[in-house]
Amino acid sequence: MRIDPRKCVACANCIPVCPVGAIAIDPSINRAMIDYDECVECSTCYRGMSQEHLNPSLIRAVRHVAKLFRFRFEPEPDVCPTAAFVLDELEWPRIVRRVFSDPVVEHTSTGIHGRGTEEVKTNDVAKRIGRGEVGYVIEMGRPGVGVRFNEIQTMTSALAEIGVVFEAKNPITHLMTEVAKGKLREDLLNEKILSAIVETRTTVDEVQAVLDTVDDVARRIDTVVSVGVSTRCDEDGEDMELAPLLTELGYGLERAKTNVGLGRATNIPSGEDSSDEYAAPVR
Amino acid sequence: MTNTLHRYGNAKSFEDDYIIFAIPCKGKNDQGAVEKLKTFLEICSRHDPVSAGNSEMGSYRPSMKLGPSVHWARDTRPDHRSVIEAVHSMRTVAAVFDSRDKAESCLRDVIAADLGLSVNVAASVEGAREVAAACGIKRHSVEYSLGFNDPHDRLPSGGVLQLSTMCGHGMVSSALAAKMLDLVREGRRSPHEAAVTLARFCPCGAFNPVRAKRLLEEGRP
Repeated sequence: MRIDPRKCVACANCIPVCPVGAIAIDPSINRAMIDYDECVECSTCYRGMSQEHLNPSLIRAVRHVAKLFRFRFEPEPDVCPTAAFVLDELEWPRIVRRVFSDPVVEHTSTGIHGRGTEEVKTNDVAKRIGRGEVGYVIEMGRPGVGVRFNEIQTMTSALAEIGVVFEAKNPITHLMTEVAKGKLREDLLNEKILSAIVETRTTVDEVQAVLDTVDDVARRIDTVVSVGVSTRCDEDGEDMELAPLLTELGYGLERAKTNVGLGRATNIPSGEDSSDEYAAPVR
Repeated sequence: MTNTLHRYGNAKSFEDDYIIFAIPCKGKNDQGAVEKLKTFLEICSRHDPVSAGNSEMGSYRPSMKLGPSVHWARDTRPDHRSVIEAVHSMRTVAAVFDSRDKAESCLRDVIAADLGLSVNVAASVEGAREVAAACGIKRHSVEYSLGFNDPHDRLPSGGVLQLSTMCGHGMVSSALAAKMLDLVREGRRSPHEAAVTLARFCPCGAFNPVRAKRLLEEGRP
């Protein structure tokens, strides 16, 4: 992403719009600039701001006069008056920033928008997580902090060391060069993205070990970690195992995503069996 | 996508926040899913959602061709119809409701439609359980949010997070949420205008403008 200096009028509306704070006014040229290393290519500025397509010279003149008289015009806060943002064509490896940060871009590895995974949302059809099993959705970088792949690798390596397996249909797993060790592609390690999800599963008796590992890694990396923990309910639609365990471990359970079980396989079978979606069988 | 799971707040703060979404499973029930997704959104639209989305656009959207009068008169109404019509491929579609009654009545109609898609309810733990129970169905799976692990204090205040995390993909920045709180506190924007401004940045339509309006009102002195 870049800002066309011929169009920018330094109105500063875009500065708070950037989720990672990568936009600032460069006082030497009186134009808004994007910190190329910090920008995660999420396109929020380009797509989220409304546009007026006004003449930049006219707007600069009006702003100059208003400034002389110390008038303050309060524009709509989400408008770029001159449509100054330019969406760049990206090359590898920078393009992974856009794929992981812009939710309207589909992850080609999984064919899914957003963070690129179905998680437990299709568990009634995909049967990812069975009874007595626990799924983990470990998201790093959200909200609004961002994460680099070397930090993600710190998490995946630590999880691999305790023997968990990674969800195969997940964009991060697709970028692993050594799944058993949680190693990611070397050429991506310094790329920064808005957030990414690492997925794994264990049995219920391994919950504390996984969550302790996540806590330990969270202290060692400079970002935010949010964890979703899922399970299959029993025949009565209740969860009598995981929720009590999480409460016992000190987690306050305020919010949940509940799959209400209306899904069913309706595709005409092609003979391809994809029943086990994990990179290796659960221990 | 955990777009709707990790919203900041306690269970009580979600009393006006129920999201129902449908998602096809790739390779299992994605054949013919586009029409089913549209049908799902049609059903939702009959139950007065406060927002809807199709993974690429929500009911509140930016405009690429505003006129100068926008600074004094701007349309702040939701447009659900365009969201439905723009579904053209496999994706997640969602509707946001500001009451349990609306969510229940919508889910009842979704059950009756028997679309075969996976349907999820994102709400407080008890809120989702009660909606499912009221509709006479047993939950299949549940995913709990364990909140944000922020040992380095990188996150802003809870009041800002309650607003910004309503777009789980992070498209609503904390700085913009803080700016909207300031504008409302200073009487320079109404809570409704500020809430809609934030909602326009959420391309999935999962941002709840009614909850945002309430939070912005509560942020006033």
